[in-house]
Amino acid sequence: MDVGLFAQYVMNGLMLGMMYALVAVGFTLFFGVLDIIKFSHGDVLTVGAFVALATFAGLHAAGFNSQWLDLVIMLAVATLAMAALGMLIARYLVMPLRSAPALNTLLITLMLGTVLREAVRLFYPQGANPKPFPALLPQNSIDLGSLNLRLDNVLMLAAGAAVIVGLQFLLNRTKLGLAIRAVAQDEETARTMGVNFTAIVLVTFAIGSGLAAFAGVMNGLYYNEINFGIGLYLGVIGFSAAIIGGLGSIYGAILGGFLFAGLQTVGTVLLPFASAYKDVFAFAVVIAIMAWRPTGLIQEKISERV
Amino acid sequence: MAGNAKTSQAAVLPGIIALAIAAVYLIALLAVEKQSLIISLLAVGIIVVIAAAGFGLLDGVSRAFSDHEDALGGFAILALLAVGVFFHEDHFVLLLVTTVLLYSVATLGLNIQFGYAGVLNFAGASFFGIGAYTSAVLNAHTALPHLIVLLIGGLLAALIGSLLLLPVLRTRGHYAAVVTIAFALLFKTFLEVNDVLGGPQGMQVKGMTIMGWSFNDNIEIGKVSLSFYINYFAISVLLLIGAFIVVRRLERSWIGLNLDALRLDETAASCFGLDVVRWKITAFLIGNFLIGVAGAMFGMVGSFVAPNNYTFADSLILVSILLLGGIGNPWGLIVATFIVVVVPEKLQTIQEYRFLLYALLVIGVLLFRPEGLLPRPVRRYFPGWQP
Repeated sequence: MDVGLFAQYVMNGLMLGMMYALVAVGFTLFFGVLDIIKFSHGDVLTVGAFVALATFAGLHAAGFNSQWLDLVIMLAVATLAMAALGMLIARYLVMPLRSAPALNTLLITLMLGTVLREAVRLFYPQGANPKPFPALLPQNSIDLGSLNLRLDNVLMLAAGAAVIVGLQFLLNRTKLGLAIRAVAQDEETARTMGVNFTAIVLVTFAIGSGLAAFAGVMNGLYYNEINFGIGLYLGVIGFSAAIIGGLGSIYGAILGGFLFAGLQTVGTVLLPFASAYKDVFAFAVVIAIMAWRPTGLIQEKISERV
Repeated sequence: MAGNAKTSQAAVLPGIIALAIAAVYLIALLAVEKQSLIISLLAVGIIVVIAAAGFGLLDGVSRAFSDHEDALGGFAILALLAVGVFFHEDHFVLLLVTTVLLYSVATLGLNIQFGYAGVLNFAGASFFGIGAYTSAVLNAHTALPHLIVLLIGGLLAALIGSLLLLPVLRTRGHYAAVVTIAFALLFKTFLEVNDVLGGPQGMQVKGMTIMGWSFNDNIEIGKVSLSFYINYFAISVLLLIGAFIVVRRLERSWIGLNLDALRLDETAASCFGLDVVRWKITAFLIGNFLIGVAGAMFGMVGSFVAPNNYTFADSLILVSILLLGGIGNPWGLIVATFIVVVVPEKLQTIQEYRFLLYALLVIGVLLFRPEGLLPRPVRRYFPGWQP
């Protein structure tokens, strides 16, 4: 394989990995503060992408035609709307079930995911069909040998990296981040230290869901198409990524996201006779990793409470 | 002692009346075609149940069921047969009821895993699919007797499931969930991209034949003609009875006690010398076996298998049946399966919205009645024994 083709695969893998990592970080944030899995996360992403699309249609109808402005407004609306949705979900579906078995929370959010997905399919105009997503980033590309480097991919990667660095800064350098980490570490001690537990949980859900909306828009820009099922797929992959990385660890989630993308890419390259098997391969490796490291690559510290 | 037990026995009559009402209601619901009538029937049903619960009438029923389970089980079979006889020439209804029966068998298997041992399995539909594909392949390429095919379907589901044993045993909680979820996705993708098993189009399944008796022929007895689905209905009733007895005996036995103990507290159970690994394996394999048998039968009933019938979403439907019915209670599961399978089929007007409404229903149950419609009662060691 020549270098250009190899670089092409790496580029594709990085793009996928960035999206997976953004979704996985959400899972890990929610798990951190509440010790729950919010399975509707992927479908929040779908709704986010569709909100962005609707915003674009609205802007277009209103006569806005500046690409950059469109994009910024779309991202802002989608992110804020999903942050609000995330807070509502946390407040009215997840927090009331805190004392119930973990299975109930898992199921209620899975079912909420179904509600969101079906709502998009049924109530968005022709939501059952794939929708074209506007290409708002510059379409230029640079040919480096056999590598066709698309400018929009580079921009998206940079934006994704910026978001992750920003999140890292928020968590490690601000008072809010300190509170989130405190709640994640020990809820009761955090409360006694004057942390407003409910507020922190809601803010965390807002951040995670906003990230999902960002990933949704990114997904739309990358494939130039969205459909009501993207969230289910990305959600499950994001969840697997968060799990193989080790729940509760931001780095684990990022590592897991890129690892999963890497596996898919390797599956495509190594199984040229049947690259359709790439997902079979990737999920089989996920199962194998779980057998090898039962609590993820960056292991979660578990102590038995008797 | 015997005298004491006698006096504390509840009357069996409320149970029989409840079963009779349920059978009549089910027949009415299945027979009615008009949408407005169906909706009003469903509304009446819900109101009657809530009212009966409000007036305390259901306590007698539940006591009757716990004290006279075997007798009432017999009556339940009679009620089921009455439904079968009433619809003896209606293909569609018989197929629907047979589907319910086989889904019940599958959820009974899932119940051993989730309800007793606490082993998560989010790939129920995949193991069901393994059974169905087994019967598709074996019926097409071999001349194995079809009852043996059912057995092989179950064994194969257990065998393929045992590939997951290592990760399932080593992981807990959410980490265990991802193992089976990954398997469910892997399985469906595998079926889709695989040419040998028919790819996304799936494949035909030959109907069942036992000792020359072909299940796919209509039956004529004198002037009465019976739908061929009556064959499948009958054998599915037998399967359900078998599965029910197995699950019930398992629960009542010391194996069930061990499973309960390790679900409730794994650490404590192992401190008391229970072999956690052994019982988890037992529960996982028996559960998958039952699911596989049901799947193999279902493949022959439906005469067609395709990857789209065995997705992660279908696994979730199985799990939500479990939760809706009341985890760990076999009676509740059967009731819940009827609700989940029959209601969307009958309500053609909401066909498009059924997943939406159904998901909302489960959310409602989880928020307002998290223990399910018929919660599992306290374990009874003897009939009539009051804890």
